[in-house]
Amino acid sequence: MTQDTINTTSSADSVRGSEDPNAPVLEVENLHVEFRTRDGVARAVNGVSFDLLPGETLAILGESGSGKSVTAQAIMGILDTPPGFVTQGSVRFRGTELLTLPEKERRRYRGEKIAMIFQDALSSLNPVYSVGYQIGEMFRVHRGASRADAKKKAIELMDRVHIPAARQRVTDFPHQFSGGMRQRIMIAIALSLDPEIIIADEPTTALDVTVQAQVMQLLADLQAESKMGLILITHDLGVVADVADKISVMYAGSLIEQAPSIDLYSNPAHPYTERLLAAIPRVDLKGQELYTIKGIPPNLTDIPAGCAFHPRCPYAQKPICFEQVPPLQDVSSGRRSACHFWKETLDGSIQTR
Amino acid sequence: MSEPSHPTAAPQDLGREALTLGVSPDTGEIGKPRSLWSDAWHDLRRNPTFIVSALLILFLIVVAVVPSLFTGTDPKFCDLSHSNETSAPGHPFGFTRQGCDIYARVIYGARASVMVGVLVTSGVVLIGGVIGALAAFYGGALDAVLSRITDTFFAIPLLLGAIVFLQAFPFRNIWTVVAAIMILGWPTVARIMRGAVISVKESDFVTAARALGASDMRILRRHILPNAIAPVIVVATISLGLFIVLEATLSFLGIGLPSSTVSWGSDINDAQSSLRSAPHVLLYPSVALSITVLAFMLLGDAVRDALDPKLR
Amino acid sequence: MAASRPDEPVLEVRGLVKHFPLTKGILFKKQIGAVQAVDGIDLKLYKGETLGVVGESGCGKSTTARLLMRLERPTAGQILFHGEDIAQLSGKALKAVRRNIQIVLQDPYSSLNPRMTVGDIVAEPFEIHKDVAPKGSRRKLVQELLEVVGLNPEHIHRYPHQFSGGQRQRIGIARGLALRPEIIVCDEPVSALDVSVQAQVINLFEKLQDELGLSYVFIAHDLSVVRHISDRVAVMYLGKVVETGDEEQIYERPTHPYTQALLSAVPVPDPSLRGHRDQIMLEGDVPSPANPPSGCRFRTRCWKAQDVCSVEEPELIVREGLDHPSACHFASIREVISTIDVS
Repeated sequence: MTQDTINTTSSADSVRGSEDPNAPVLEVENLHVEFRTRDGVARAVNGVSFDLLPGETLAILGESGSGKSVTAQAIMGILDTPPGFVTQGSVRFRGTELLTLPEKERRRYRGEKIAMIFQDALSSLNPVYSVGYQIGEMFRVHRGASRADAKKKAIELMDRVHIPAARQRVTDFPHQFSGGMRQRIMIAIALSLDPEIIIADEPTTALDVTVQAQVMQLLADLQAESKMGLILITHDLGVVADVADKISVMYAGSLIEQAPSIDLYSNPAHPYTERLLAAIPRVDLKGQELYTIKGIPPNLTDIPAGCAFHPRCPYAQKPICFEQVPPLQDVSSGRRSACHFWKETLDGSIQTR
Repeated sequence: MSEPSHPTAAPQDLGREALTLGVSPDTGEIGKPRSLWSDAWHDLRRNPTFIVSALLILFLIVVAVVPSLFTGTDPKFCDLSHSNETSAPGHPFGFTRQGCDIYARVIYGARASVMVGVLVTSGVVLIGGVIGALAAFYGGALDAVLSRITDTFFAIPLLLGAIVFLQAFPFRNIWTVVAAIMILGWPTVARIMRGAVISVKESDFVTAARALGASDMRILRRHILPNAIAPVIVVATISLGLFIVLEATLSFLGIGLPSSTVSWGSDINDAQSSLRSAPHVLLYPSVALSITVLAFMLLGDAVRDALDPKLR
Repeated sequence: MAASRPDEPVLEVRGLVKHFPLTKGILFKKQIGAVQAVDGIDLKLYKGETLGVVGESGCGKSTTARLLMRLERPTAGQILFHGEDIAQLSGKALKAVRRNIQIVLQDPYSSLNPRMTVGDIVAEPFEIHKDVAPKGSRRKLVQELLEVVGLNPEHIHRYPHQFSGGQRQRIGIARGLALRPEIIVCDEPVSALDVSVQAQVINLFEKLQDELGLSYVFIAHDLSVVRHISDRVAVMYLGKVVETGDEEQIYERPTHPYTQALLSAVPVPDPSLRGHRDQIMLEGDVPSPANPPSGCRFRTRCWKAQDVCSVEEPELIVREGLDHPSACHFASIREVISTIDVS
């Protein structure tokens, strides 16, 4: 991508490649987010910590009400405030604390350093502007590009995300594209300023499975090209298995297990993960029996005492699981689990009550 | 330079994600059944605007139904010797130009306004609701015809149309006035009802009812109307105030209620001539009218706020 | 699973067609084309078994569901229920048929009337078909139905919004069971549910099938779920059935290129398979059903396409050397996924 005709006004602190490859590009530490509603305070995120290395793919896995989307929005700084409030914690991008930055500074990171793509491209794209205009907007606003230059960049990006006949279609409107194509346009917008991290919130949930495969492949290719970090937020254990390097599992606002992909699937260290894996039908298994998790996820205004999962856990023991919140403990290098009985879960010796 | 239109998540995603419904697990206790109406009532009860306006309206209705509770004076008894007098013992508001007791006329005038408001609103909801619902439910040619009729009536300016309508009658009474406002006021309700029914018609629970073999009547009665009625209620409550003003305007113009009927509008009309010398004659009926209309507007606002979130 | 298959299918579809006309003009509408949502499909459902119908958006499976339920009138074709054609029925006769074929819908948040109590919702079938249950016994029947689907019968006075998504879906199932139908058409019944709740509802469907001898037409886009619950499967693309067979034939020996591409795209929750899977990437978008390609509809995205494919539409027949019907001139087995038997 040529930059000669565009006035680069971004700060000098993010020349990729000159950084220490082992230093995390994003660090989230002890993040707490609350929603203050009429029905009470919903503790949507309760002490979540993780980091992302350059070029790494982290999946945040959870069902609805787990707090995964809220975490992403807090990182991006697009939380609806009120009713959402970040009450504690730190989000650091290459060492710079983002949560305390004034909005004007924060905006420089949003879109430029960290970009986000969402589930429903049709409602995320503005229906009254052409796609070329929306992609080009990033250049016009952040880089002071002229309309013509922005349009040129837009066509380049559309090519990069494999939208056929980009030159002709740059003036088309979002509704004139299929679901998969719209998702690619969102990816193009996210990519436009060469961010170091892309956060993808359920990017393929609304798509057909063949289109999903195309979009995930595109993300993987782009990542490999530019050493971009990817945070994938989803509930789909299948999609995660294909792309993630490491996985953070969330439940009721807390991080309950973290592990490299291979380890998580072959040998989970938390009953929730274990039960979840046993509950999903697999296309390559015959005669499978689905094991269900009884009950439903808790109301975030009334999270159970002790371990949030204990009412549904087949292995919950009195009194410890009912009274003490299990800390996130180290299982091995790169693995953590928030269960009092992670050892027994890991080696399979855990007893059903 | 403006902030780029960064794609943001739709608010309901955040809501659904962060706040799982407050349900008790299958093994839990029997919670109190909470219908959407009782939820709305619960909200209304705590809304000061609603309480104030509802009490006011209740008071007005009592005044309209039993005016004799509030005054012993005959509003039609007029003694020219008291012409334009300001307050006197037993007559707190004073007298009109003809020497009629203003206080009594304000009290008795409530009946006309409340009656017109209630009758017109009921009629408008009935006519407009039925037309709108049928047009939306059956669609096709029926919808095309009914919608064009609705548009035609909609295009007629309310006041002008009422005036023309009323000129056609040699006599004047409350029924002609009610009819005039009703005939021109129903299109708004019809449109609202049509829109509401169209959106409810596509709901899955209507599909499910059809799949069970429910008749059209049943679907309309049991499934569509209860779910479409909320916006109609809101419009009706707010319009009630407008209808009362309209009646007063027509009476003010001298083509509304006959002078034999005590009404605020005609009193305001009569008060014009002595505006400078005896402003109190204009003041009291105007204030009464304003308070009444305000009460209905506030009620409409409160009801709309209570029903709105449940509409989703 | 059905032990032995009786000879006659309980439901059979022959040459079913549904075209939605595209019109122009306000007052005098002129037809300028049609969306060929379903364009001549054949299906068979046997007693006590589940027929899975899979396909992606625009394939016509939802329209098929609505046609089976007679919520739409077919443009052409037959729907035979125990040999009797219900495709053009109306009025009382149609109402009588509805007692035997019921539906469970996708969205638990909109498939229940928010202004009715759960008890009223499940009792409504009895109010519409008054001869099924006398008035006095209805409340008890409703409570029994709630119990059968795993809900607390004392909750009949509650309203839908007081229940979770999975519970609401159960209420929908209870409503579908009330008239004791033989067949239930399930239109994406678990797609809108959380993963951990999906398993509960899937298991419920299976339990009910075993206990009550129900037959299901299970329409879904999730091939993993369909494999789990179906005995036989039909794969749809752009209004046509492109391949049909029993579960083992479709998943272990797919012969149509679209089926193969579909299977290769299904994500498997097993990172150790990364890089070892047969990945078929389809190019381009699904064509518009208003303007489908000539001949074989899949040819615009198919890697095997030849000239004959644009001229001659392939029939859904059992081809040489294969054991189940496939609509492709060049059908051949390709084992896209390696199945492990864990029964």
